[in-house]
Amino acid sequence: MHHPSYLGVFLTFARNSLIRDMTFRANFLIEGISSVSWMIMNLGFYTLVYRFTPSIADWDKYEFFVFISTTMFVNSLVQAFFMPNAQELSELVRTGGLDFALLKPIDTQFLVSLQRVNWASLGNFFVALLLLAYAVPRIEGFELSPWHFLLYPLYIVLGVFILYSVMIALAATSIWLGRNQSLYDFWFYITNFSRYPMEIYEGTWGTPLRQLFTFVVPILVVINVPARIMAKPLVSDQVFLASFAMLATAISLLGSRWVFKQALLSYRSASS
Amino acid sequence: MVARALTWWTILKISLEERLVYRGDFALGTLMRFLPIVTQIFLWTAVFAASESGTIVGYSRNDIVAYYLLTMLARAFSSMPGLASGIARQVRDGEIKKFLIQPIDLISYLLLARIAHKLVYYLVAAGPFALVYYLCRSYFPGWPATDVFAAFLLSLVLSFMLGFFLEASMGMIAFWFLEVTSLLFVYMLFTFFFSGHMFPLDMLPDFWLTLVDYMPFKYLAYFPAAVFLGKIEGEALYQGLLIQTAWVVFFIVSCRLLMQAGFNRYSGFGG
Repeated sequence: MHHPSYLGVFLTFARNSLIRDMTFRANFLIEGISSVSWMIMNLGFYTLVYRFTPSIADWDKYEFFVFISTTMFVNSLVQAFFMPNAQELSELVRTGGLDFALLKPIDTQFLVSLQRVNWASLGNFFVALLLLAYAVPRIEGFELSPWHFLLYPLYIVLGVFILYSVMIALAATSIWLGRNQSLYDFWFYITNFSRYPMEIYEGTWGTPLRQLFTFVVPILVVINVPARIMAKPLVSDQVFLASFAMLATAISLLGSRWVFKQALLSYRSASS
Repeated sequence: MVARALTWWTILKISLEERLVYRGDFALGTLMRFLPIVTQIFLWTAVFAASESGTIVGYSRNDIVAYYLLTMLARAFSSMPGLASGIARQVRDGEIKKFLIQPIDLISYLLLARIAHKLVYYLVAAGPFALVYYLCRSYFPGWPATDVFAAFLLSLVLSFMLGFFLEASMGMIAFWFLEVTSLLFVYMLFTFFFSGHMFPLDMLPDFWLTLVDYMPFKYLAYFPAAVFLGKIEGEALYQGLLIQTAWVVFFIVSCRLLMQAGFNRYSGFGG
């Protein structure tokens, strides 16, 4: 059997989405600007907070800025590549449009996960680059090493994969439920936990919460691991968490694929 | 007069029934909305652990948590999801025409629909709110004095009116620019930041603080919460309530003027 070229198909998707985005140029620009201004407000908030405290859970101002730019890298990638598709999936299930995806001679999960690329979301990616370039040289005692160039992007990609797994598994539940409109809300509230340094979850309630979101639903490692690699000295403490992040990514991807396939088995089309 | 009251009563009743259809989803959604509070508690605990003093601009950690919970209550009154964008949509697709031919005033109709919306919301959200406030009771400094509490309730009602007429005025701009989505997004960002929903406004540097004083946004969330926590007292409290009322009046008038001007230049798009 002839296999389709996955890369070729993906590039076509990306190109088509870009053409579509460029058809509504003003809208594209506004979307980009709004997501950037949202991040600027967020940054403003933390600048304010750091006027009153030297550090938050051992993250000083510039280290925390690195943390924020890491959040922006990961989120912009997830929003650009996976978010529009996950939302579309529940719509495909409700309308029965998933039939067409199932008929195509290509992996269904690949098709429904990458069909649309939201280029405007990448605006934050470039803002994150600027913020990173601003913050990193201001961290006390920071020394750039080749490891940073290798590990930081790698762990950002792993983080994106973990979030993708959570997202596609959530979206797949719409196959069982028929419709899952609160998907986006649920997603927002879950990832909300990942956007802070894991050290803040401390104490009677905090420690179990941190362990839950590290070892059961591994969303805390998504931002924390790459951010630490960049902002904190590369010491052996990090090795455990970094290795765990690799394992967590692999398990998340496999687990979400399993959930997706199981969900597909119960798909019974809709309308006509 | 009676016929007129009857009309408005019918509108209110229909809107109420419409809103009650989705009550289950509503209650769950409200409860989930408190989840970010959990991370805020941890975040501010970490902030206070590192800062030398036990208070930041007069707020202890417990005050800050109580502040966030109170702003959520204030926003339950003052936020108007879909109001401005609804007006804009009606202008764009021509539905607004029915208010031009029917003997029903657009703003009064919207206000009644919104009151119905809010009443149902409070009915359903009272449970989740009570639960969360009960669980978090240790963060509150206790009940304020009766007159302060009365002022707090008054400021909540005023914040509802301010939120309504401010956002309705924003929606009326659609008569001039058909596509106002981006404008509304900017408005939303402004309200989120400058209403004090994101942090107690006292944290702002002087320049920004002065700026915020000249804007209506702080009366949407910061003011009621600060009143409850006793941050605004005596003379300043009365002054604040007076300014809040003035803003409400200002937007009642501007909303109506904008609507009249808008109707005059309206040219009936859509079918």
